[in-house]
Amino acid sequence: MLLASEAVASPFPLLTALVLLPLVGACVVAALPRRRPEITRLVGLLFTVGTGALSIYLLAKFRAGEAGYQFESKHEWIPSWGAGWHVGIDGISLFMVVLSGILFPLALVAVKPHHNEKAYYAWLLVLEAGVIGSFVSLDLLLFFLFFEVVLVPMYFLIGGWGYDKRIYAATKFFVFTVAGSALMLVAMVATAALYNKEYGRYTFDLVELTTGGSLPYRSARLLFLAFAVAFAVKVPLVPFHTWLPDAHTQAPTAGSVILAGVMLKLGTYGLIRFGIELFPEASHHYRHGLMVLAVIGIIYGAICATMQTDLKRLVAYSSVAHLGFIVLGTFALTTTSGNGAVLQMVNHGVSTGALFLMVGMIYERRHTRQISELTGLQKVAPIFAGAFTLVMLSSIGVPGLNGFVGEFLILLGSFRTARWYVVVATVGVILAALYLLWAYQCVFHGEPDEANKTFPELKLSEGLVLLPFAVLIVVCGIYPKPMLDRIEPSMTRILQRVEAEVPNFVNPDSADATEGEGH
Amino acid sequence: MLAVQTTPTWYLVLAAVVFAIGAVGVLIRRNPIIMFMCVELMLNAVNLSFVALSKALDDIAGQTVVFFVLVVAAAEVVVGLGIVVALLRRQPGATADDVATMKG
Amino acid sequence: MLQMVWLIPALPLLGFVLLLLVGPRLGEPNSGRLATLMAASSFGVTVAMFFALLNREPEEREYVKTLFTWIPAGNLTVDFGFLADPLSITMALFVTGIGTLIHLYAIGYMHGDPKFSKFFLYLNLFVFSMLMLVLGSNMLVTFLGWEGVGTCSYFLISFWHTRDSAATAGKKAFVTNRVGDWGFMVAMFFTFQALGNLDYLHLKENAHSLSNTTAAAIALFLFIGAAGKSAQLPLYIWLPDAMEGPTPVSALIHAATMVTAGVFLMTRAASVLHVVPEIGTVIAIVGALTALFAATVAVAQNDIKKVLAYSTISQLGYMFLAVGSGAYVAAIFHMVTHAFFKALMFLGSGSVIHGMHNEQDMRRMGMLRKLMPVTAITFIIGWLAIAGVPPFSGFWSKDEILLGAWGKSPVLWAVGLVTALLTAYYMTRQVIMVFFGDARWESHAEEHGAHGDFKPHESPWIMLAPLVVLAGLAAVGGGLNLPFTHGTKLLEQWLEPVVGEFEHHSSVTAGGKFGLAIAATVASLIGIAVAYSIYEKKRRPAIEPEILARGWRYDEVISSFMGGPGRKLFEVTALADAKVVDGLVNKIGNDTQDIGNIIRKIQTGYVRQYAAGIGIGAVLLLVWFVSRGVL
Repeated sequence: MLLASEAVASPFPLLTALVLLPLVGACVVAALPRRRPEITRLVGLLFTVGTGALSIYLLAKFRAGEAGYQFESKHEWIPSWGAGWHVGIDGISLFMVVLSGILFPLALVAVKPHHNEKAYYAWLLVLEAGVIGSFVSLDLLLFFLFFEVVLVPMYFLIGGWGYDKRIYAATKFFVFTVAGSALMLVAMVATAALYNKEYGRYTFDLVELTTGGSLPYRSARLLFLAFAVAFAVKVPLVPFHTWLPDAHTQAPTAGSVILAGVMLKLGTYGLIRFGIELFPEASHHYRHGLMVLAVIGIIYGAICATMQTDLKRLVAYSSVAHLGFIVLGTFALTTTSGNGAVLQMVNHGVSTGALFLMVGMIYERRHTRQISELTGLQKVAPIFAGAFTLVMLSSIGVPGLNGFVGEFLILLGSFRTARWYVVVATVGVILAALYLLWAYQCVFHGEPDEANKTFPELKLSEGLVLLPFAVLIVVCGIYPKPMLDRIEPSMTRILQRVEAEVPNFVNPDSADATEGEGH
Repeated sequence: MLAVQTTPTWYLVLAAVVFAIGAVGVLIRRNPIIMFMCVELMLNAVNLSFVALSKALDDIAGQTVVFFVLVVAAAEVVVGLGIVVALLRRQPGATADDVATMKG
Repeated sequence: MLQMVWLIPALPLLGFVLLLLVGPRLGEPNSGRLATLMAASSFGVTVAMFFALLNREPEEREYVKTLFTWIPAGNLTVDFGFLADPLSITMALFVTGIGTLIHLYAIGYMHGDPKFSKFFLYLNLFVFSMLMLVLGSNMLVTFLGWEGVGTCSYFLISFWHTRDSAATAGKKAFVTNRVGDWGFMVAMFFTFQALGNLDYLHLKENAHSLSNTTAAAIALFLFIGAAGKSAQLPLYIWLPDAMEGPTPVSALIHAATMVTAGVFLMTRAASVLHVVPEIGTVIAIVGALTALFAATVAVAQNDIKKVLAYSTISQLGYMFLAVGSGAYVAAIFHMVTHAFFKALMFLGSGSVIHGMHNEQDMRRMGMLRKLMPVTAITFIIGWLAIAGVPPFSGFWSKDEILLGAWGKSPVLWAVGLVTALLTAYYMTRQVIMVFFGDARWESHAEEHGAHGDFKPHESPWIMLAPLVVLAGLAAVGGGLNLPFTHGTKLLEQWLEPVVGEFEHHSSVTAGGKFGLAIAATVASLIGIAVAYSIYEKKRRPAIEPEILARGWRYDEVISSFMGGPGRKLFEVTALADAKVVDGLVNKIGNDTQDIGNIIRKIQTGYVRQYAAGIGIGAVLLLVWFVSRGVL
């Protein structure tokens, strides 16, 4: 295994560079003089764009059709515990990294903080390093490290640059997540310890843990539950979701974009990587529990979204619903639905990120997010309304746009192993139209009143920020094949592990023939 | 000539006495500087017992620990004195109990 | 030649993109001309495809053009492909043909609107979506168009979005359609699970291998989708409200093309329905009930467009009656003739509204034939067609449907016949109220502002030309499928490769057919006569009960349910989320804080107390160890 990974290791440690670049950027920004905010902005931008460019390069260099990890690099860190700097990506994490690489510069360039620019940009860069680090880690301890590193900058971003109830929201966010990850840390240590008991050596290395041999089912199931709770908080699954609306509403716009676009994906990504891949049997055993929570989340999130009076809270609750789809697709354990889930992670990041950006723009102009105080904006700002419409339709899941493909694959694939969950979950598609169109009607339709009459039209600079989102929304909706080609082998590989561990489980997509009739 | 054989017990008893002096000092004095000195006394009493036992048991590890304690003590003094100076500058003649106002 | 089939939807898409980029700069009327040109060239390509297909042997009239693989995942592969066969080309022909005419009309109708170019942008996007719907080679491409037309319909209904009713109607249409889309999606899931493929040709060939339950599920869920899009019971509620949109939109989307998508879809799924005729019965019953229901509502409407809207629902019910009876050719035939005459009548009503300065209430019209002769004559042709007066087109297609219904069950036939009578009645009522009788608009003239000399006027030629063309088609459209000999059943022969093997051929003798046709004609004439005596001769009081005017209160009940208990449920859920779920979280947080507040009293802040604590603790530990004998 070691030999193999060395053989494919690229000469230049791309992934390590990808993690370190923003970190270096953060240090540089921190060292800049406080009085020159425009320089910090420029430097911050430079580093995020550099990271973004590197992630795109990664995408170009990634060999499609391969299931295993690529760009691996492995160094010792704490050899006696078997923990190391082991990074690598497969088709699943690839898109998470690229998504982060793209979203960060856009979020950074879209919004200017109103005070203390230096700290703001430094924290954003630390956040980026943490997020990318989490996605590329192939070592449990390393993953945990990055997973926790992510919390700190987010805490300060919400607490420092948020709105009126920011401290409450930031604390809630932090405590929720840390409570979950405490369980995860215990589970990680226990995993290594149990592995040592079975196979006589300590290791935190994911690849070794998954290829070396499996743990006894009873303990593996407990460990899985601990991991699952940590990720369920992060996703968030109902009933662990209440931190999300608060955090989203109080976070500065860039924070919301990153939170929805990338950080929630840490949860769903974790469920795939450290749930299904690490504990295939346990994942299969508990799949119904997770799918039930997912379906509840889809309906419940949508219903709550319908009743919100604050635009940002509405979008936040819609995230709960969308993330429910992702979890459903993940635990339906078919290649189709798994592909859809990964695709949906990216798509949700793009469309919800854009939605938060636009809500932020509305707030900048009107200093309110209350739906009741906004009206008739389409008349005064038709281009703005048009852009919002596109993003909204993508979020509703209109075919031809990105939101549909993931959702459809999730539902179609899950239908084969979890028919009735899907029939209920599909109702969420109706509700999505209900709450978004209702909000759209209130905010954009009608005759503008005095306060909204002077609502400024979309500026060129804002349009340029939204343009990449628009392009992604359309392109991913019409031609998702390149993405699916890269995701599928990795998804199949992970599900093969489930097949190997669970005797009576068959991934319907790996069976050649259709299932025929009668059930 | 009264030749007294010094056994480790002597050193240990001395260490215990010094430690007790230090401990009592910390408890009954309110001047922060004096309290510091008493803490130093306690630390050095422990050091003494370490060295004595190290010699008696012929184990170098005890002496190694002494170095650690010295370093920690030095660090502690640096931080502690810093706090004390800051405190006295703000409120001349302050006692350790006055710091209680800092609790939240 | 046939490989150019992708051009048919590509041209309107090009129009959309161009208008998106330069529409406002083109302004009026050039943006309208551009859009019309795109629709017209699309029609031209479709005609070429039609002849290319005609040149082939009947059994070879199936051509699939795949552009690229859209969604490959697991063992699902969905191609972005087009299927050119008699059914899809028939649909494409009248979609682009009537679409072009309505584009042309709209240049006149939308004259002076500040969002002129945007209207045509939506219109071109709609035509593109509709063509995707009919030309898609698999269910998913159709679904792309399906949702696309729904979205465009939303845009266009709420086109005048500063009006609250228009915005609400658009939203209602989209959400109600989504309920249907839910059915469509579930049907696709069933199909994929059973057949591993969503292609229509695959479905057609393998439908017979489906088990009864699966086939029933597919057919039923597809029908839910179709009922949403085609405004059948119980999902029809959005269509009357959709009349808030500009009249060309009502004509194009809510009469001629989009609403017939459900009928098209069920015809595509004929092979599945063939396996489970029971579902066909369900469809036929729902169709017949919708037809009757909507016809009864139409007799008491006073809004010129509402009458036509309910009439459309009723006629769509007819088409589903045909589909459910296995008379697919009749369904498509009626779809085409209906597209002719209903588009004609909507455009005619638009011309009236235009001439009456945005007045839609028929009680304030009357005697307009004098002032708007072209509109009146073309509208009257449309009326004769829909009323089922021979030899106009509606007579032939309606007759085919009644024949099919007879084959299914005489009860369904009877319902169809009553509907035909009502149709003739309410359309006569409309024609008399608008074009004959007293000129009631004179007494209401002062309401139309300070003009003083308010006088309805005839519309410009650009609006009249489409009316004339459509009137011609509505008059002779029956020629597509004359029932005399096999040779005159052109449409049936043409559609034979698609639906032939699933078609339920009636066993009625020639004499019986003649009898049925006579019965239908008599029913129509009775309807016309009754309406004439009530509204023109005023011999009897009008039969317009309140309950019918309010659509049997169905919409009200739904609305009050949604606004009442439905909303309550949502509110309670949201409240529970804030108070119970989040409340619990906050309670845990607060309780932790409270406990901390108690415990922290131990922390006095007196250093010497801490030291004493340490000392005492150390001593106690020592005592404990000693007493246990450890030391």
